[in-house]
Amino acid sequence: MTTLITDSRTVFSRELRPLLRDPFTIIFSMVQPLVFLGLFAPLLPDNSLQWFVPGIIVMSCLFACSMTGSNLLFEIQTGSHERMLVTPLRRPALLIGRALKEIVPMFAQAALIVAVCVPFGFRFEFAGAVLGLLILAAFCIGLGALSYTLALASKNQEWLFWTVQQTLLFPLLLLAGVLLPIENGPGWLQALAKGNPLSYVVDAERALFNGEIFTSATLSGLIAAAAVAALGLWAGVRAMRRSD
Amino acid sequence: MIETRGLTKHFKDVRAVDGIDLSVAPGELVALLGPNGAGKSTTLRMLTTLIPPTAGTARVAGFDVVRQQREVRLRIGYIGQGNGAGHSQRGRDELISQGRAYGLGVRDARNRAGTLIESLGLAEVADRRVSTLSGGQRRRLDIAMGLIHSPELLFLDEPSTGLDPQNRANLQEHILALRARHETTIVLTTHYLDEADSMAERVIVIDHGRIIADDSPARLKAEHVGDHITLGFDHETDAAAAASALAALHPERRGARLVIAAQGAPRRVPGILDDLRAAGHPAAEVEVTRPTLDDVFLKLTGRSLREGGAAQEPADNPDELVEV
Repeated sequence: MTTLITDSRTVFSRELRPLLRDPFTIIFSMVQPLVFLGLFAPLLPDNSLQWFVPGIIVMSCLFACSMTGSNLLFEIQTGSHERMLVTPLRRPALLIGRALKEIVPMFAQAALIVAVCVPFGFRFEFAGAVLGLLILAAFCIGLGALSYTLALASKNQEWLFWTVQQTLLFPLLLLAGVLLPIENGPGWLQALAKGNPLSYVVDAERALFNGEIFTSATLSGLIAAAAVAALGLWAGVRAMRRSD
Repeated sequence: MIETRGLTKHFKDVRAVDGIDLSVAPGELVALLGPNGAGKSTTLRMLTTLIPPTAGTARVAGFDVVRQQREVRLRIGYIGQGNGAGHSQRGRDELISQGRAYGLGVRDARNRAGTLIESLGLAEVADRRVSTLSGGQRRRLDIAMGLIHSPELLFLDEPSTGLDPQNRANLQEHILALRARHETTIVLTTHYLDEADSMAERVIVIDHGRIIADDSPARLKAEHVGDHITLGFDHETDAAAAASALAALHPERRGARLVIAAQGAPRRVPGILDDLRAAGHPAAEVEVTRPTLDDVFLKLTGRSLREGGAAQEPADNPDELVEV
């Protein structure tokens, strides 16, 4: 018998297989944030690696999972998405499996980033980091599902997908204090950041990598990630039922 | 196997499907025939749970297509108009994923994929990227994916569109063989007249979202159009004289030709020719015209399926011309 978990695994492994058969693209995309880190970190004040590294991990996951829908655009045109919709696969599994395919390579990348940064003084707590990545995964499943929904909505006009994705991604990142701290910004910007669920996830990541597990930051991050995941899955399943 | 009542789909103001009552028994091979935009594919998409009906109900393989989608999906296979296999995937991988999606275990999915690859002649290309396969190979891969769970009911939406005649013939053979072997119920849509004619025992003609005829190809043709015998004479006077000799058959005279509507025309021609010779007005030439499904469609709608650019194939029953 199948379950939501086995269905998600079926979708995930289908998505991942072409990458495994041709791993160059993964390796390439994994090196990108290292370049970014190498060029950006030296500009930061001393001892800010501790603050900066979790943000970079969030950023690369965010870029990846917001692209979940882009592969889908092509599969909608060719007919392979339709073929998946006719199978008894549970609808949320179609969303979760595809988002996981983007997230899992990013976790390998996170491990790589951390490994590279440790010699330069980056310190982290293992249990906290793992919990942090799980919270991030929940957030990314939600964002991936929203990306999938966006692809369904823009199936006859591909530009729409890219326009919306690009327009939303950068404000989302900047308003979460991923690259620069929000605390130094003007009041209106801080107010906007408070409305951004990603802010709470980023704060939680920083706390958790530092080993501060049982804090209100963790709880807020968890709630924000769960809310985004629920919203994404709800919107995605609804869009699949309605799309014609 | 399929039971619909007033099945209807509106897209904004367009009535794509307008109240279809359809009943298909287990083991039937049914072709939905109609021009592009007639509502064939939309009907199929509702029956396969891809889109919800605006009104009406449909039970497929014993389950409701709206309230029991999962049960329906488990029991049907669907081969859409596009290519089901992802272009960056390998054919074998896709078959295994498809099997897993229907709940087969890893080993079963792999075995089943191997069997289908063999039986559809895909052994040489199954481990290549789908994007490198030819149109005919991709179509056979689509068929294999639709069959991975041995469905009791198979839907094919325009299965042979875009294939060359040889690949079409090959595909039709595979579909017929499948049916002979597993008694699968098959519903396909087509705008190729000869395909509907040669494959299906039952043709459902759809136009403007409604069923306008539903019968075997032979009965549709006999009932709506029928055979015609055209007799040619050297002079109009001969034709007129022959017309009175054959008055019982109600010939219609067109210049030096007589046209007679007659069921089973080929068997009746020798007798008619004998009668004419005995009456002293032998025919100079004779032509037997048997109707095509396009003639049926023309009769029913006043339009030809060909005119709409729907079918480009030559007639499947060319006129038989016999010199006497």
